[in-house]
Amino acid sequence: MTNVYITGIGQTPVGEHWRTSLRELAWQAIEPALVEANLHYPDALYVGNMLSGAISGQEHTGALIADYCGFRGVEATTIKAGQASGGVALRQAYLALKSGEIKTAVVVGVEKMTDRAGGELVSAVASGLDADYEAAQGLTLASAAGLLLQRYMFENGLELRDMAGFSVNAHANARNNPNAMFRNQLKAEKFPAAAMVASPVNMFDTAPDADGAAALVLVAADTPPETENGFKPIQITGSAVSTDSVALHDRKEFLTFEAVRRSTEKAMEQANVKHADIDLFELHDSFTVFAALALESAGFAEMGKGWQLAANGDLGIDGAVPICTLGGAKARGNPCGATGIYQALEAVQQLRHTAGGSQVEGAATALIQCVGGTGASVATHVLQA
Amino acid sequence: MQVSRHWRLQQQRYALVGQVCADCEEKIFPPRGVCPNCAKETSTAFEFSGRGKVYSFSTVYTAPAGFEGSAPYTIGLVQLEEGPLVTAQLTDIDNDHVEIGLDVEMVTRKLLQDGDRGVLVYGYKFRPVVPVWETELEDELYALA
Ligand SMILES: [Zn+2]
Repeated sequence: MTNVYITGIGQTPVGEHWRTSLRELAWQAIEPALVEANLHYPDALYVGNMLSGAISGQEHTGALIADYCGFRGVEATTIKAGQASGGVALRQAYLALKSGEIKTAVVVGVEKMTDRAGGELVSAVASGLDADYEAAQGLTLASAAGLLLQRYMFENGLELRDMAGFSVNAHANARNNPNAMFRNQLKAEKFPAAAMVASPVNMFDTAPDADGAAALVLVAADTPPETENGFKPIQITGSAVSTDSVALHDRKEFLTFEAVRRSTEKAMEQANVKHADIDLFELHDSFTVFAALALESAGFAEMGKGWQLAANGDLGIDGAVPICTLGGAKARGNPCGATGIYQALEAVQQLRHTAGGSQVEGAATALIQCVGGTGASVATHVLQA
Repeated sequence: MQVSRHWRLQQQRYALVGQVCADCEEKIFPPRGVCPNCAKETSTAFEFSGRGKVYSFSTVYTAPAGFEGSAPYTIGLVQLEEGPLVTAQLTDIDNDHVEIGLDVEMVTRKLLQDGDRGVLVYGYKFRPVVPVWETELEDELYALA
């Protein structure tokens, strides 16, 4: 049976890359991944991106990036699924490799956000919501998260400070990630006092928009391929994408991420792993309430109790369910459509045991998951050493 | 400027016209191709009463293009008395007086200006059924008495 292995990874630091364009960012991530994998020309290129049209006036990024990276002639395509674009691109590459049509692929997640600012950037990000029935009312992604958080706190009798643990953990873990945007310590007591973005979501609750690119080289093989980089290939043993309503008002259960539930179940079943087997969970923490709902809907906490894991310190590197081990979106930074590939790359670092001060001891199985919009597209993968 | 885009939503924006499923009688807003409850394709137009309760809310401080002048403004998820949730701005109320469970009703107001010299887009917002300033005034009068 054909398996899919990750044999090379590359990334740019996440941050404000004023001097670097979209295509250059992509190449800066792809080049080291090719070197690691000893590959020059893949059978196909998959680009995960959310905002290149709105922010850079550039669509058609599959061909653009292929040409810039010396892959002219290659099959190339861009996958758009909001902030889940990276994870859905990984899924498309996985399917192509599994089918036997291609033997090697490069997947790059790239986002150039800082060429717009203020209301224009907020509008661009809001394009992942329902344009006619959400964004037309002035809803933003942060205020959509605010609607979820307000109701979550109401139903569970919480205050804002009860959510602080998620952000404190993300910042603590980012200290060990040289590519992270925010490596400063965050104090829980400061959390409720931060400036409001869209109440009750404040600056300390939300992940910072940033530029960044991350790339993977994938290889299809029956047995783990030989590598020259000294690292064991990491196998993708579970892969699933699921969708839900784009608009929050159309959800069946308001505080359930149904696409998280479905895709997690599917991916874990494929990989034949149970919750106790998961050594780390790279979830999509662009807002603290997203992290809480992901933990609940993925089955790591009872409904309404996800916040307790953060409050009790269970999510740290040595905790029961380590999450966002290299900073997550909150502290690594949030290059929307590239997130899913950063998560995969960070999981590979954990499974290679090269995550430095953030290393989860003996990590052998990682769950990664990226969430588009407010949960409308979710890509979940299981990676194993 | 996207005149046709706003024009074709007039029925929904001005009159809160959704659907009722001919098969299972599910009330649906906004309208869609297939009933979310029974997956049948048959439905007829249905005008909602416009009355409901605040289910959740968020006050927007960092606003998108076209809304900067209105910030901070509060967006509610309103649960209509017929069932569906609607995303809409709350109006005629101070941001810090909004709470979950508040009784609200639909009104038609300016939503945004599409582009610098673009069309003014009107549509539904929701306001308190009992004007909040009135109850506050009453409270103050009681306090004085
Ligand atoms: Zn029906």
